[in-house]
Amino acid sequence: MGLELKNLYDDFRDGDTIKAYAKIIKEDAKKLKNPINIMEVCGGHTHTIMKYGIPQLLPENIKFIHGPGCPVCIMPKERIDHAYVLSMQKDVILVTLGDMIKVPGSKGSLQDARAKGADVRFVYSPMDCLKIAKENPDKKIIFFAIGFETTTPMTAVLLDTVIKKEIQNIYFHINHVTVPEAMKALVDSGDDDSAKSNIDAFLGPSHVSVISGSKIYEEFPRYYNIPVVVAGFEPVDVMQSISMVVKQFVENRCELEVQYKRLVNYDGNKKAQEMIDKYFQKASVFKWRGIGNIANSGLELREGYKNYDAESVYKDILPLEEIQDHKLCICGDILRGMANPPECTIFGTSCKPTSPIGSCMVSSEGACAAYYKYGNLI
Amino acid sequence: MCLSIPSKVLKIDKETDMATVDTMGVQREASLSLMEQEDIKIGDYVLLHIGFVMNKIDEADALDSIETYKEIIEAMNEEDRQSAILEDDECPKRGA
Amino acid sequence: MNTNISLACGNGGEENNELISKVFYKAFKNEILDRGEDAAIIHNGELAFSTDSFTVSPLFFPGANIGKLAICGTCNDLAMMGAKPKYLTCSVIIEEGFETSELEKIVQSMKKELEVNGAIVVSGDTKVVPRGSVDKIFINTTGIGEVLKDGISSNNITEDDLIIVNRDIGCHGATIFVAREGIEMSSSLESDCESLFPQVKALIDAGLKITAMRDATRGGLSAVLNEWSKQSNICIEVQEDKIPISDEVSGICEMLGFEAMTLANEGTFVLAIKKEDADRAIEILKTFTNGARATIIGKVTDSYPKKVILNSSWGTKRFLDTPSGELLPRIC
Repeated sequence: MGLELKNLYDDFRDGDTIKAYAKIIKEDAKKLKNPINIMEVCGGHTHTIMKYGIPQLLPENIKFIHGPGCPVCIMPKERIDHAYVLSMQKDVILVTLGDMIKVPGSKGSLQDARAKGADVRFVYSPMDCLKIAKENPDKKIIFFAIGFETTTPMTAVLLDTVIKKEIQNIYFHINHVTVPEAMKALVDSGDDDSAKSNIDAFLGPSHVSVISGSKIYEEFPRYYNIPVVVAGFEPVDVMQSISMVVKQFVENRCELEVQYKRLVNYDGNKKAQEMIDKYFQKASVFKWRGIGNIANSGLELREGYKNYDAESVYKDILPLEEIQDHKLCICGDILRGMANPPECTIFGTSCKPTSPIGSCMVSSEGACAAYYKYGNLI
Repeated sequence: MCLSIPSKVLKIDKETDMATVDTMGVQREASLSLMEQEDIKIGDYVLLHIGFVMNKIDEADALDSIETYKEIIEAMNEEDRQSAILEDDECPKRGA
Repeated sequence: MNTNISLACGNGGEENNELISKVFYKAFKNEILDRGEDAAIIHNGELAFSTDSFTVSPLFFPGANIGKLAICGTCNDLAMMGAKPKYLTCSVIIEEGFETSELEKIVQSMKKELEVNGAIVVSGDTKVVPRGSVDKIFINTTGIGEVLKDGISSNNITEDDLIIVNRDIGCHGATIFVAREGIEMSSSLESDCESLFPQVKALIDAGLKITAMRDATRGGLSAVLNEWSKQSNICIEVQEDKIPISDEVSGICEMLGFEAMTLANEGTFVLAIKKEDADRAIEILKTFTNGARATIIGKVTDSYPKKVILNSSWGTKRFLDTPSGELLPRIC
């Protein structure tokens, strides 16, 4: 029997398979010594979990902690303000991907900037910048690059093309971040026992691993005693992955496993990794909204390419002050699994999807946004 | 990250390093810049992300997974059948 | 409310509703307006009255153009209240430099569509403004219709009703988005833009017990179901796997991260009808060219008043929210 494209969608969304795994998980969960908290890191997993009602299929002793795997949610206000200020320059067209337009900084969102006359455009692919640059030779096109390891190689290809074709009017504001450092920051409480997270296992971001390979999660089972199952994004993938996590606990194993075998292997996409390595280096620190500064978690352009870096070119006008998160916002605790959205005093009142205050409410994949939307049906 | 979707390769243009892919009846162009030269062939299933082919989908692994799912559904149906028979056997209303 | 009107305020969803209620309804308050129907019922229940403006871009797209849309839009609002469209006005604001041949094509489409509805344009206005003041052409149509079946209202839906949709959803929104954003795709996707009066007339002529009808324009199926649940103070429960969506629209939604239920339609309507007449309604709708996928998608309960619930085929449920924000592709 051959593989059809439809199989790659339908068979991994099949209702009967979902029900079958629900049953297997329920049976295995009876043998668990302690309840387990699984963090799904990636926003796409949060979306699948909420959309398909997966928490409703799990027994009481298995709970989710919703992770910071949404590059839009974790964008700190300071950097959104950069985008805002850049977009308001008369000769600038600010270009970015999707959801970024709605996220508010301290001055407002890019949507607000556009309403005030800024030229802000969202694109489906970084390569769409080439057309915009060609059609507007007298403008400076600044690509506000966001995303995890999954999206970084595409920015690299855009830069590669800009250099090869000697395009003079495209610049980059780099906000690419890497996931393993963030995962570590969440589980590494150092000596502070009170800050210890409740995370027992990870559902590993898988499209990140398509690029970087599953090798990036090695240290979690090895040094932190936290199993990782790299999971696909369809509901069957997620259910199978949860089943694999539960079996590890029942069988007293702590391993890195790959559920998403059809796309993820240990080494990843070498060519994409080379592209990233050619143009990017680790920035010493990157501030994640809701979590704080995480060392080595961000990327910046290598020295030789600073002339394309909007942060260098425009450094005189980019605001530098640190902006504190709202003092009532408990996103940091939510991301560590120490609290649930409804426990936040501003949840659903001053902080809602149409007027988000914290990172978890900002994008549709954040924990707070998911709780707000799906409410007491979770 | 999340919005990466399986598609089928219909055409390859070696000069521009672009592929024409199909996703449930919608066709579009995608860049092959992140793939090695001979890796992708017409008819392959690939993962598409923001205009690029990210990786090839391993058909054997996909079919393997699908097979596993068929088996667990079978097992579940068999179990359900058995317990339904058992319930029926023990039903006090059942006539002798 | 914000100090500046954002694009989201025109989305047909949450922000749009907020703008309308906090600014317009507040100022113009009256009983008829407060009923919030697709068309106002006036003159002792004999007439239906509605207006709509059309700013679609691009002007020409697979399946229709701004002209056809301008007639369908207003005539459909009248039809949704059980009225036969009779007299329309047509006001245009044209940008200096617009090609006359394009204008003629648009007007010809309008003429054709008027014939489908059996309506005529009896009054109009034409303005031409300097280049840049308007994007090529904006059209407003206002219509009066003769009520054929009264009592149709979005405020009267009860647990005796079933919810039906007349065809597959999301075609118009998906087509426009692809065309406008210059996203290059080639598929047979086209707008569902169509006059609904013929279908409505067939349902009325069969003597069916229609409770409410609403065309699922901006905000899509999701907006209609949420509006109904609030207006009638009911819970609408929908079977997710029953909602008809074409492969092409599914493909676009997959690719761009949309939910088909929030995409606009211009020839798709939702019908609340008494249970005993539901099957007959489906039979009738299926006789129309694009009606092959007419389906009963849901029922009315009292589990969560003023909310819409989606039930999956594997036993889970979730709320379907009023859409909010602009339509944007998610990246993650």
